[in-house]
Amino acid sequence: MKYLSEFRDPALVEDFLNEIHKITTQPWTLMEICGGQTHSLVKNGIPALLPDKITLVHGPGCPVCVTSIGIIDEAIYLAQQRDIILCSFGDMLRVPGSQKSLLEVKAEGADVRILYSPLEAVKLAEENPNKQVVFFAVGFETTAPANALSVVLAAQYKLENYSILASHVLVPPAMEAILSDENNTIDAFLAAGHVCTIMGLDEYYPIAQKYKCPIVVTGFEPVDLLQGILMAVTQLEKGEYKVENQYSRSVLPQGNLIAQQTIHQVFEVNDRVWRGIGNIPQSGYDVNTVFKKYNARLKFNIDIIPAEENKECISGDIMKGLKKPKQCPNFGTKCKPEHPLGAPMVSSEGACAAYYHYAEH
Amino acid sequence: MCLAIPGKIIEITSQLDETFRTAKVSFGGILKEINLYMTPDAHIGDYVLVHVGVAISKVDEEEAVKIFSYLKDMGEVEELEPSND
Amino acid sequence: MPKFDFEVITMGHGSGGLLTHRLLKSGVFDILKNEWLDQQHDGAILNINGKIAFSSDSYVVSPIFFPGGNIGDLAINGTVNDLAMCGANAEYLSLSFIIEEGLRMEELWQILLTIKKAADKAGVVVVTGDTKVVEKGKGDKIFINTSGIGNIHPKANIHHNRIKEGDVVIVSGNIASHGIAIMSVREGLEFETTIETDSLPLNHMVMLLLDQFGENIKFLRDATRGGIASVLNEVAEITSHGIYIDQKLIPVEEQVDGACEMLGLDPLYVANEGVFLCIVDAESANDALNLLKSTQKFDHASIIGHVTTENKGKVIMKSKVGGTRMVNFLPGEQLPRIC
Repeated sequence: MKYLSEFRDPALVEDFLNEIHKITTQPWTLMEICGGQTHSLVKNGIPALLPDKITLVHGPGCPVCVTSIGIIDEAIYLAQQRDIILCSFGDMLRVPGSQKSLLEVKAEGADVRILYSPLEAVKLAEENPNKQVVFFAVGFETTAPANALSVVLAAQYKLENYSILASHVLVPPAMEAILSDENNTIDAFLAAGHVCTIMGLDEYYPIAQKYKCPIVVTGFEPVDLLQGILMAVTQLEKGEYKVENQYSRSVLPQGNLIAQQTIHQVFEVNDRVWRGIGNIPQSGYDVNTVFKKYNARLKFNIDIIPAEENKECISGDIMKGLKKPKQCPNFGTKCKPEHPLGAPMVSSEGACAAYYHYAEH
Repeated sequence: MCLAIPGKIIEITSQLDETFRTAKVSFGGILKEINLYMTPDAHIGDYVLVHVGVAISKVDEEEAVKIFSYLKDMGEVEELEPSND
Repeated sequence: MPKFDFEVITMGHGSGGLLTHRLLKSGVFDILKNEWLDQQHDGAILNINGKIAFSSDSYVVSPIFFPGGNIGDLAINGTVNDLAMCGANAEYLSLSFIIEEGLRMEELWQILLTIKKAADKAGVVVVTGDTKVVEKGKGDKIFINTSGIGNIHPKANIHHNRIKEGDVVIVSGNIASHGIAIMSVREGLEFETTIETDSLPLNHMVMLLLDQFGENIKFLRDATRGGIASVLNEVAEITSHGIYIDQKLIPVEEQVDGACEMLGLDPLYVANEGVFLCIVDAESANDALNLLKSTQKFDHASIIGHVTTENKGKVIMKSKVGGTRMVNFLPGEQLPRIC
């Protein structure tokens, strides 16, 4: 497929690897913030091909991993209501709430549907006027415009039976949270190419300056990732800390302005609790007051006391890059994809699951 | 996070107003109805990056090919720099 | 289609009374006619000599109609193939329906015609069966069970404990087509594709392989639910050998690849209905591959890897870009992802 296969070319991968090996003289720790990149790196067996001096740590860029237990419980509560069809991306179905997962309540008879797009949920609301359709709107800045668009459309069609349970999280505040931790060991970031496709580069300059940390906006294919790593290491070796854009075929410096406009039309920035990390100020989106009719939390008066997370799960340290999955005493023993203690073992992109599935443990 | 893949616009299937368009987009031959409201400058034959049924950007052909000469250009830059030995 | 009393299946069609009788007569016996079924008895009396294989499987696919087929050919081919994987040529099948009240008669008729066609193609006879109707909401349109028996090929000696280091793994064709064909018509995921189910009787090809390579065919398994990754993991686990495969040798059709990219699925785990894995002695591997490739149905067959003594009990794959990774069992059904 065009724009995929040429970025998976083994010869080009080898050339980039050779160059990385050639220029690396010191140990460096790089964090790829985005779970999609984690997935691609591990699935292609790239970490083992890099110089031993380069350590990759996997960041909190996976909505499945960082969506708090309380929000999962809210989604489950909605799914259990008799007249509600709860729609979700497939990713969220296995994530454990405080008691159960959406997959388990689906097995108990709740009407939970897996959709490819929030726009399908709007269609479902049109087709089922006697049911309430709620879309579980998770994701980072990349998914926010599509989720916002579903609300705009529902308002245009005057649908009274559509709402979203919003749980959006934002990348730059999380990067700040990671960098400001005194134990932080990150030397450079690979920033998330699709988030930046929407938001552009502006938010990253102050972070790179303040923490003297190179940030390379990177794509998702093997060659993209290796070029991103090469650019980051080149900066580190020279003692530079710039924001660079490896993924310029998709990312414009200003991002996608129409997408940003749609986000701001429907959402407002608020504080958000990240699973395993805790509250990060101004790090999420929720439905604003203009569209409050479409906010499932208000519409169905959800009032659930947030549950405690599993104390045995060290996902916070893992997502901040302080520990690797294999350093968790429960990895692969008490905690496995089939009975996860925490979200990073559930999501196909969670750092723990990625290690469990693909790395030779 | 954020799985988005490039697909080729095959036909514009509806145009509700100036910005609000849907299109059939091909991913290796399968066709999916995709919303183009965020990519008003994308036309038939263009490649767009699609995430959850919405095109989030038009793939820039000129920028895309730069990666193939990056290492070579890098080598040339190195040769131009004065060496310290 | 003959004229039935009702346009949909009602509880009466499962009552054992006149409606049941009429449904079976024009719906089943007339289509599947043969000397055993014609007796309309509770069972079939058969003459069998020698070593036989016996297998049973139930079919609960949703939706029941999908590109290239329906639940009917799955039900026939599935059991025929399970027998083939034991080295047996299916001869007699039983066929049982559990139908949900409200199924349209026309759909049942379509399924029955497909069953007839599939049985003829596989060279198998439906000799006995059963029909039950359950109340609306107690089933999902129609469930089918088929059980079958067949004689074991005289040269067959298929057993996982015969697998040894150096044996070669062959996949019989493009993977993941069936799962993607089903996904393409699943509510909320629909897309247009020319991909069709790969549902296919495998018995004829397996018999040819056994004729020629007999004992050198160590192991056969059709890669249905869980895809080829699950079969390979089962083999690695049960034999305690390692299995090494090379991603670039695994045949996947471009559209299937496109759908997997879009939905975030890994084709290794997607279901097949007409694809089998064959583990064969290294000396016969190329000839076995050529036999497969000489036919139109298996022309995409490929050697994808081999059995090793390294990484015992694990499946290791060399990725297209040259890295290696482990291919694990999935904890459950693979779900489309956006992240």
